[in-house]
Amino acid sequence: MTSAAFGTVLFAMLAGALRVSTPFLFVSLGECLTEKSGRINLGNEGALVLGAMAAYAISYETGNPWAGLLAAAGVGACLGLLHAALCSLTKVSDIAMGIAIMLAGTGTAFFFGKPYIQPSAPQLPTIPFGFWSSSAQIRSALDVSPLFFLGVIVGIAMAWGFRNTRLGLTIRIVGDSADSARAMGLRINLIRLGATAVGSALAGIGGAFLSLVYPGSWNEQLSSGQGLIAVALVVFARWNPLYCIGAALLFGAAGALGPSLQSVGISKGYYLFNAAPYVLTLVLMILSVRPGRSLKGAPGELSIVR
Amino acid sequence: MKAIGVEAVNVTKRFGAFTALDDVSLKVRPGTVHALLGENGAGKSTLVKCLLGYNLAEVGSFIVDGREAHITQPQDAGRLGIGMVYQHFTLVPSMTVAENLVMARPDVPRVINWSVERARLATFMAGMPFKIPLDVPVDSLAAGERQKAEILKQLYLERRLLVLDEPTSTLTPQESQEVLGLVRSLVQAGTITVIIITHKLKEVAAFADDVSVLRRGKMVGGGAVAALSATDLTTLMIGEKHAPAIIERLGAPGATPRLAVHNLATLGDHGRPGLNIDAIVVHPREIVGIAGVSGNGQTALLEVLGGQRFATSGTIAIADKPYHARRDEAFALKVRVLPEEPLRNGCVPSMSVEDNASLRRFDRNDDGSPRRWLDRKRMSARAKTMIAAYGIRTPSKDVPIAALSGGNVQRAILARELDGAVDVFIVANPCFGLDVKAVADIRARIVAARNGGAAVLLISEDLDEIRELSDRILVMRDGAIVFEAPAGADAQMIGSHMVGHG
Repeated sequence: MTSAAFGTVLFAMLAGALRVSTPFLFVSLGECLTEKSGRINLGNEGALVLGAMAAYAISYETGNPWAGLLAAAGVGACLGLLHAALCSLTKVSDIAMGIAIMLAGTGTAFFFGKPYIQPSAPQLPTIPFGFWSSSAQIRSALDVSPLFFLGVIVGIAMAWGFRNTRLGLTIRIVGDSADSARAMGLRINLIRLGATAVGSALAGIGGAFLSLVYPGSWNEQLSSGQGLIAVALVVFARWNPLYCIGAALLFGAAGALGPSLQSVGISKGYYLFNAAPYVLTLVLMILSVRPGRSLKGAPGELSIVR
Repeated sequence: MKAIGVEAVNVTKRFGAFTALDDVSLKVRPGTVHALLGENGAGKSTLVKCLLGYNLAEVGSFIVDGREAHITQPQDAGRLGIGMVYQHFTLVPSMTVAENLVMARPDVPRVINWSVERARLATFMAGMPFKIPLDVPVDSLAAGERQKAEILKQLYLERRLLVLDEPTSTLTPQESQEVLGLVRSLVQAGTITVIIITHKLKEVAAFADDVSVLRRGKMVGGGAVAALSATDLTTLMIGEKHAPAIIERLGAPGATPRLAVHNLATLGDHGRPGLNIDAIVVHPREIVGIAGVSGNGQTALLEVLGGQRFATSGTIAIADKPYHARRDEAFALKVRVLPEEPLRNGCVPSMSVEDNASLRRFDRNDDGSPRRWLDRKRMSARAKTMIAAYGIRTPSKDVPIAALSGGNVQRAILARELDGAVDVFIVANPCFGLDVKAVADIRARIVAARNGGAAVLLISEDLDEIRELSDRILVMRDGAIVFEAPAGADAQMIGSHMVGHG
């Protein structure tokens, strides 16, 4: 590979990171919020897929992609509410329930999404940061969705909120010590319900990005497990929203590896390189979870930690 | 004077058919320390829970600061200025002390202005007789500091009557002195009235003005501490004249090491250091006590010895044979373990008492050869023998062991572990939370095992227990053995090594 080609690959990965990372970012922030309140929601994969389908369908039916975005957040929140409500019953495992919600979400999306695979829906606008360049390649690479910036802002706001607001600290109390929360008279289930619903709504917005920005279409292979990778990403990010942003970018870059190499003519092992995010997930999980040591920074009430 | 008095009048509380409190009356004078004494299950906690609004008494009333009070939920008690410091800490572990204090207030603003809050906290701290670092997460504080932070939180909330539930159960002697001394000075300054729940007579004598004794839900006596002797109080508490006998250690320890641990190291948890032990050696017919403040590596040591945790380096040898805490090794070398919280670490809670009693041997014949079919008859006979010999109170041998009380689970696991010949016996906090009679029983069994020739490693957070039972005492701090003392060594000296001022 020449140095020019190498530069192209790096640039393509950078641009790809901005693009591919956005769904990771939203789902991981949503999952981070939910887990901070002491519950795991594997159902966010379902919220992602259902959100993608709802966003596409509503955008197509109304002609307004922003309405589609709202719809995605709405269906995400509904799935989150369902998950939280069922988990607040005694002896319900949030892991098992999350898997059920995941299957319910994807199944519903496939059922209602069949008629929308063919037609093309209006897409969300992007910000053309590449206006200065004459190269069409660079211009398209630097078309960044406002959703990416929204995700970064949400991440920073969450990090700030967990330290500086009553609501943020309340969520941390509920997630770290249910005993303390009970002693303080906090309504644990209600707070977890809210955190799970909002977290799931964020996952739904991640789905809207998939169908309305990049790749920008609706089909049943759209997510390919990104919602589940995001759960691992939260562990890797040590439940810190700021680290979630960094981790999402890293995974985005890994996801862009295959297409980037293809852009300079290396198509051998395309599918292997496309597996990069999954391999990265495995490697990071192995590195961050060692036997004989418990997870640092994990909220104390999580069922995997207790 | 800010301190307030409180009075309980003819309080009765039932849980189903069980009467937890039977017509109990109590008067706490403002500006005093009032000790509430009694064995486990005597009703002390139930009484204060009624006062705090966690339980609702069926009959009777509370008079707070001269007025009848209607306390139906914890917030009501808070408004009246009554607060409680629990035995189990209620500060949120991952949050800093400052975050905990601010969030405890009932009127936290939506957005917290930390510069304003900090100034407020600084003013408040300036008026306190002790200091706590505000910006460290609570889980990195030592137990004594945590206890002080709990008290600090109540003072920050401007409570005028504090209930302390066994405040010194997890503290070293020095820390206990410090915390109780602090409480005493706050009471003398007229800031607060204190009700202290305890079963330590020494503390009652040293720090309380008045005492009330509960037994099986009834108020059996009390009065000014100065007018009552320790014997009077014990008699009131247990209801019998005799204190449980202490079994003596008989015979000198053997000369060749039975259990030898060398250069043992593990990874740490939550940023705390892991184990780093140079040597622990226990001889036959010897009890070696490991003293230490909770959270200094005792649990990790027990987990390594019990096979629940990997060591990154180091050797464990039983009578010169290498030991990796595998089940077959434990069987061959006769190593037995009574872990802390046996319901969690030492048995299968949903299985019957009988099944749990046979966990060590259900798949072997007496000669150690493997068995494929369970010998139900022998398992049943074994369970019956154990229940009778150890006085395990259970409806039958077939109920799940989780249905038994803490003391009886402890007895059952002890019976299983001491069944047959025992060469090495590893015990952790065997008497935590048990009543006086169960404590005496279990300690007698441990000493009997030692007298029978076993090498006993006793890991305990109760320094009195260590001093009472051990032939030799090791002090553990930050995962390392930092000090060795002979039997009967001075508690203050051991305590100073436990906290690291030695």
